[in-house]
Amino acid sequence: MAGSDAGTIGQPGAPGTAPVIETRGLTKRYRGGQLAVDGLDLSVPAGSVFGFLGPNGSGKTTTIRMLMGLIAPTSGTASVLGRPMPDASRRVLPEVGALIEGPALYGFLSGRDNLLRYDRADPTADPRTRAARVGDALERVGLAPAAGKKARAYSLGMKQRLGLAAALLRPRRLLVLDEPTNGLDPQGMREIRALVRELAADGTTVFLSSHLLDEIEQVCTHAAVMARGRLLTQGPVAGLATGGRLVVTTPDPADAARVLKEHGVTGITLDGDRVRADAPPGTVELADLNAALVRGGVRVRAFGVERASLEDAFVALTGEGFDVAG
Amino acid sequence: MSQAEGAAGAAGSSAEGAARERTGSAAEGAVRAGAGRNPLWTFGILRSEFATTLRRWRTLALLGVLAAVPVLIGIAVRIETADGSSAGAGGGEGGPAFLSQVTNNGLFLVFAALAATLPVFLPMAVGVIAGDAIAGEANAGTLRYLLVAPAGRTRLLLAKYAATLGFCLVATLVVAASALAVGALLFPVGDVTTISGTTIGFGEGLVRAGLVAVFVAASLTGFAALGLFVSTLTNSGIAAMAATVGLLITVQIVDTIPQLSAVHPYLFPHYWLSFSDLLRAPVYWDEVLKNLELQALYAAVFGSAAWARFTTKDITA
Repeated sequence: MAGSDAGTIGQPGAPGTAPVIETRGLTKRYRGGQLAVDGLDLSVPAGSVFGFLGPNGSGKTTTIRMLMGLIAPTSGTASVLGRPMPDASRRVLPEVGALIEGPALYGFLSGRDNLLRYDRADPTADPRTRAARVGDALERVGLAPAAGKKARAYSLGMKQRLGLAAALLRPRRLLVLDEPTNGLDPQGMREIRALVRELAADGTTVFLSSHLLDEIEQVCTHAAVMARGRLLTQGPVAGLATGGRLVVTTPDPADAARVLKEHGVTGITLDGDRVRADAPPGTVELADLNAALVRGGVRVRAFGVERASLEDAFVALTGEGFDVAG
Repeated sequence: MSQAEGAAGAAGSSAEGAARERTGSAAEGAVRAGAGRNPLWTFGILRSEFATTLRRWRTLALLGVLAAVPVLIGIAVRIETADGSSAGAGGGEGGPAFLSQVTNNGLFLVFAALAATLPVFLPMAVGVIAGDAIAGEANAGTLRYLLVAPAGRTRLLLAKYAATLGFCLVATLVVAASALAVGALLFPVGDVTTISGTTIGFGEGLVRAGLVAVFVAASLTGFAALGLFVSTLTNSGIAAMAATVGLLITVQIVDTIPQLSAVHPYLFPHYWLSFSDLLRAPVYWDEVLKNLELQALYAAVFGSAAWARFTTKDITA
C-alpha cells in the first residue's frame, strides 16, 4: 500500500509557516447579481485538517471552485500553496487532489480506466508510473476488487471512493474534499476518517467541507463557518466550541444540587436524574468535587464535563433556521 | 512497486530515472517528476481523448450506421440493375453522383457512398461528436475533474478538436472501406475511367479513392470547429448536439436557395462535392482549394471563438 511510504514525501516544503490557502476579500457575484461569496478572508494553515462549514447555499462550493480555478472571482485574490489562483493553476493543481461536489465518472469506462483517464489529463504525471499509481490509489480506497467493473454499475459509495482515489493519484500537498463521506455507509465513513487522519499525519493539508458536524469535530484541527456568502468565524476547532457543562447523573438530584451549590458551582439545572451546571473554572479539581458529592451522601452514577459540541457553536453562529440561504 | 521500477528502468537512462528507481516507490517517482517533466507527456491527453471517444457505444453506433450506407447503396444498385439496365440511367440526376458507374466498376461505390453520406450522415456524426465534446463532459461533471487534474483549458480544447478531427478521418475511412469491400464483392473492379474520359489503372484508382477520402475528411474540419464552439456555450450535451446538427441542416437549406446565392460561397458545405474534381485528369484544383481555404477559415474563426469562450468560462457544472 502507498500509505506506508507516502509519509516520507508528503512535505516537499517546510510546513507550518505560510498558509496553504489564503484569500483576501474574495468575492463572487454571478451574472444576475447574486452575491455568492462576499469578501472572504480565509486562511488555512499548513498541515491542518480544516473543516469548512456552512448551511446549504452559503457559498462553500463557489469558494472551492474559485480556489480550484474553475470560477474566476469578481474581485479579491486567492492563493493556493503560495501561488495566485487561477493564474498559477498549472503549477498548483498537480499538487492538489480534489473531490468537488461529488464524484463524476465515465460510466462506460471501468473504475481503473476512469483513473487512467484523469491521470492522463495531468501533463505532469509520469506515464511510466501511471499503472502503479492507479493501482495504489484503488487499493487505498478499498476499490481494487471492483476496479474492472464499469463505473456505471458502481453504487454511490463506490463512486465516492473512486472520486477519492482520483484525488489520491499522486502524493498531494493539499487535498480539497467536498462532502467526502456523502453516500458512504458508517463503515465507509470510518475508513474515510482514518484515511484523512493518515494523510494529515503525513503532512498533507486537508480542506474538508462537510455538513456532518461530528465528523468535522472528530477529524479537524481547524474550522471555518460560512453563512450567506460571508465568513462568520475561523480558527482552531477547540476554540470554536468553547465552554462546557458539568453533568452529574444520580438518583439523588436534589442533594447533588445542594452540594454543588455549596462548592460554588453556578447555573445548576435539574432534569430527572441529571444535574447540569456550568463547568467550574480550571482551578477546580473535578475529582474533589466528586468526592464532596459522595461525602455528602450523594450516590453518583456518572460524573463529567460535556464539552459544548461544534453543533451548538454552529447553530449559535448560523441560526436555527431551516431555510437555505437565498 | 516492481512494476514501476521496471517501467522506469526500461525507459530511463537519465539520472532522474535512476534516482526514481532507487526510491522504489511509484508515488515518490511521481512527485519528483513534477520538477523535470517530459514535454511529451502533454500528449497523453490526446490519446486518451481519442481512445475514450472510440470506446463509447454511441460512437460505434454512428460508425456502424456510416458503414451500412454503402451496403444499402450497393445492394440497391445490384437489385435494380439485375435485369441488365444501368443504374440511374432513367433519372440521370436522381441519385447521388457516380451511381451509374458502379455497375461497371465497384470502385465507384466508394465515390457514390461518399457523395451520398457527405451532405448529411457524415457531418451529422461529426456534429454529435463535436457538439458533445465539451458540453457532454460538463453535463457529466467530468469536466471539472479534467480541469483540476489539471488538463489546462487550451490543452483540453486542442485535444478535443484533434480527437474530433481524428473522428472525421475515421468516419470517412469507414465509409470508404465499407464501400470498397461491398463494391469489390458485388461488382467487377478494374481500370477506372475518369470524369474526363481518360483511363487510369486500378492501382491509381485506389490512390485517388484514398485521396478523395482524406479530402472529404478535411471538408468536415470547419464544421467540426463550429460544433466545438457550440459545445462551449452550454452545459447540456444533448442541446449542443441538437444545435450543431440543426445548424448543419439550416446551412444546407440556405445553400440550395438560389435567391441567397450571394452568401453561398461562404457556407461551409458549399464546395463539399468538389471532391469529384479529384477524379478528373488532370485534376481540377480550383474548387478543391477553395473548399480547403473555406474550411481553414471556419476552423480559425470558430476555433478562436471556442478558445475565447472556454478559457474565460466559469465552470459551474
